Amino acid sequence: MEKILVGLKRVVDYNVRVRVKSDGSGVETDGVKMSINPFDEIALEEALQIKERGEANEVIVVSVGTGDAQQQLRTGLAMGADRAILVECAESIDPLTCARALLEVTNRESADLVLLGKQAIDDDNSQTAQMMAALWGRPQATFASKVETNGDSMRVTREVDAGMEIVDVDLPAVVSVDLRLNEPRYVKLPDIMKAKKKPLDQIPLADLSLPDSPAIADTVFEPPAARQKGIMVDNAAGLVGALKEKGLL
Amino acid sequence: MARVLIIAEHDGTSLNPSTAKCVACATHIDGAEIEVAVLAESPAEIAAAAATLDSVNRVLSVENPANSNAPAAVLAPQIIALAEGYDYVFGPSSTFGKDLMPRVAALLGVNQISDIMSVAGSHTFKRPVYAGNAVVTVEAPTGHPVVATVRIASYQAVGAGNSAPVEAREVAAELPDHTRIVELQSGQSDRPDLQTAATVVAGGRALGSTEGFDLIYQLADKLGAGIGASRAAVDAGYVANDTQIGQTGKIIAPELYIAIGISGAIQHVTGIKDAGTIVAINKDEEAPIFEVADIGIVGDLFSVVPEFLDAL
Repeated sequence: MEKILVGLKRVVDYNVRVRVKSDGSGVETDGVKMSINPFDEIALEEALQIKERGEANEVIVVSVGTGDAQQQLRTGLAMGADRAILVECAESIDPLTCARALLEVTNRESADLVLLGKQAIDDDNSQTAQMMAALWGRPQATFASKVETNGDSMRVTREVDAGMEIVDVDLPAVVSVDLRLNEPRYVKLPDIMKAKKKPLDQIPLADLSLPDSPAIADTVFEPPAARQKGIMVDNAAGLVGALKEKGLL
Repeated sequence: MARVLIIAEHDGTSLNPSTAKCVACATHIDGAEIEVAVLAESPAEIAAAAATLDSVNRVLSVENPANSNAPAAVLAPQIIALAEGYDYVFGPSSTFGKDLMPRVAALLGVNQISDIMSVAGSHTFKRPVYAGNAVVTVEAPTGHPVVATVRIASYQAVGAGNSAPVEAREVAAELPDHTRIVELQSGQSDRPDLQTAATVVAGGRALGSTEGFDLIYQLADKLGAGIGASRAAVDAGYVANDTQIGQTGKIIAPELYIAIGISGAIQHVTGIKDAGTIVAINKDEEAPIFEVADIGIVGDLFSVVPEFLDAL
């Protein structure tokens, strides 16, 4: 295939313990480390491996987000993507608009394969890949743990509740990737220097002339309900006693 | 009146318990008139099971050979045809629903609400974000159908004493052939299903090896429990991927959850928060799992668990 498009979302880093703001307007992001959504990093790694096997010619990373997302796109370029596109908007956008924006870029680039993370670890929505495939009228293979290209189609192993589902999809297609597809490579310093010279195009979201989508409003954020303080027991006999008391044994 | 259409999850022969939990969620919508759609190659028995669910007003049965083991791309256009005139379209937040419902939402031109954990109003819902570190109240726009997945661990299944009418439906929709399911490799065992088991025994990295995990199997067998694991144990290859519990794995709500050698990262804890009783066995007294445990033991799992087995 000619081109693979990979979506990268800028999110609060995996290791940050997220806290709700005291006024309930959101979560604390001031001074918090931001990173590429870990699933998107896996998607990019897979695209790079497909290219390195000679099965694709170009890997394009795309982010739909604020200007800050250039940092994550530069990291993607340092990992090995050929070029980057930022669809720039003022603040975070809804999954349907994001799917429409990615589709517009995909059409402009005539990409053959779109690789996305199965969910973003901030809103935990898990929607964009499926929505994009729907709007495109093309196959979706979500939660991929193995991807094999085979001419005009792909064989994808999907992680589903009941086990592993194997599905064949015709290209072009959208694949959303799960945790165990691969282990993303580390970026080396010379690659960071090289990435500075790679092209990063910016397109204002408004220039894509997308239809308005009815957004779902986040109104109040609150910390999760805490569980009641438990008891400590000394040994297995104590555990059996405590479970019997609760009627669980 | 609020017309709710719930998309039934099934394996081709029997109804998944997730459907009864979606119905439970829908009963919290004022004036809900709840209908369940069963799309299958031979839907009769599944539809009959759906018709027994309390609070269900009607079951729509869509029989089509194309619905045998159908991908989301085949189901979604049929659901769009069925969903005309409904105010809500719900599915479970299992991998089935997570795969399917956003495709339905996009075809309807709306965003989706993922993982409803409670209903706060006709268009107001609560859902977890940031691996359960926060709960956000969301407001869906009025004048559009509400498409959502239901966080099944947040709901108790409705009873099964009903006998709602079942109506056969013909659906005119063009179905694509660009997506073909080849096979399902299920890691099926005789053990209870992780997502519906009353008791779950789960192991972490501290088990140390595939052989070490035998201890988990022994305890699970004795308790009639399902098997779970932390991400670390799955990453280490001790146990199959489909046992992973947490933000990116399965969200469960058993009556009893026993975490053995699991430190309790927030991404794991978000998957067990709704368990009735949480037991933690860990040699590190500072392990965060003890913050959520109802009963904790600080000790070496390789001595505590065999003692526990003997005492049962």
